[in-house]
Amino acid sequence: MKLLTHNFMSSRFLKGVNEGYPLRLHVTKMENRDVEFNAEFVKNIMSKCDYGALRTACESINEASKLPANLPDDLSEHDDILRELHRVLFCIEVIEGELECPDTGRRFPIHDSIPNLLVEDNE
Amino acid sequence: MSIPTPQYRLSAIRNHDVYEPAEDTFLLIDAIEKDIKELRERNPKIVLEIGCGSGVVSTFVNQALGGNVTSLATDLNPHALECTLETARLNDIKIDVVRTDLETGFDHLQGKVDVLIFNPPYVPTEEEPTTNIERCYAGGRTGRSTLDRLLPRIPDLLAPGGVFYLVALHQNDIPALLAHSSALSSSIAMQRRCGIEHL
Repeated sequence: MKLLTHNFMSSRFLKGVNEGYPLRLHVTKMENRDVEFNAEFVKNIMSKCDYGALRTACESINEASKLPANLPDDLSEHDDILRELHRVLFCIEVIEGELECPDTGRRFPIHDSIPNLLVEDNE
Repeated sequence: MSIPTPQYRLSAIRNHDVYEPAEDTFLLIDAIEKDIKELRERNPKIVLEIGCGSGVVSTFVNQALGGNVTSLATDLNPHALECTLETARLNDIKIDVVRTDLETGFDHLQGKVDVLIFNPPYVPTEEEPTTNIERCYAGGRTGRSTLDRLLPRIPDLLAPGGVFYLVALHQNDIPALLAHSSALSSSIAMQRRCGIEHL
């Protein structure tokens, strides 16, 4: 699972949960993959991402040290930030871990890179 | 120029109750290939396939769009997700997969999906499905029991200018499907008779 995918997920489907976002990330195994950098694509995809949630996810796995508190308005002018965003969005692969609902503490396993969001009917 | 069909390992698919690429799969691929120039011009960033099965369609779309796109895929069947990751690996592309029902849990994808793909279980059946293989095709009495749960959520899921590819059977009531949302404009991209199925 990439952090980009994490950015799109919530646990709002659980009964009684209104927000469920961002899911807390617990990682026991992750890898770094080589993915070709494309500044334009990173900039475009950031327009679909919640930067606060991405930064929080990076903090939880100690990968946020090079990310600014807020993104500059002229992001295209900051090659270093774009490269760091590329790294955290596309190169980090979460292999084993858990996603945790911030409201209820319900945990969803990530195994072999695959998060499992299935719940029982009564949840 | 023709885009090659992705490689896939049939043995892995057959051993694990995963829907094997068939006429409907190839019709979907052919329809997307026909539109590929226009799809590329829309400059899509996010492709989501719901019910990815073997992963052949998601892999095809990722390759056809030149790889510069993020592919996400969901399925209920864990073996389908493993198959999809393997098909992606075989073809040297990346797909992120999540085990969930339809697009449940992807609230924060609303308004962001540029290309949405769904080849639902469309075959009219007396009973609702109970096994992995039945869930691949069995669509209840109208053949639309799964599709009808997703349809109302499609307009919210799509990005402005986003497109949705759906496979359906003649018996699924195509005119009703084409008219289901005033927010979307719909057309038959391609149709084909395959044995008893009119897709």
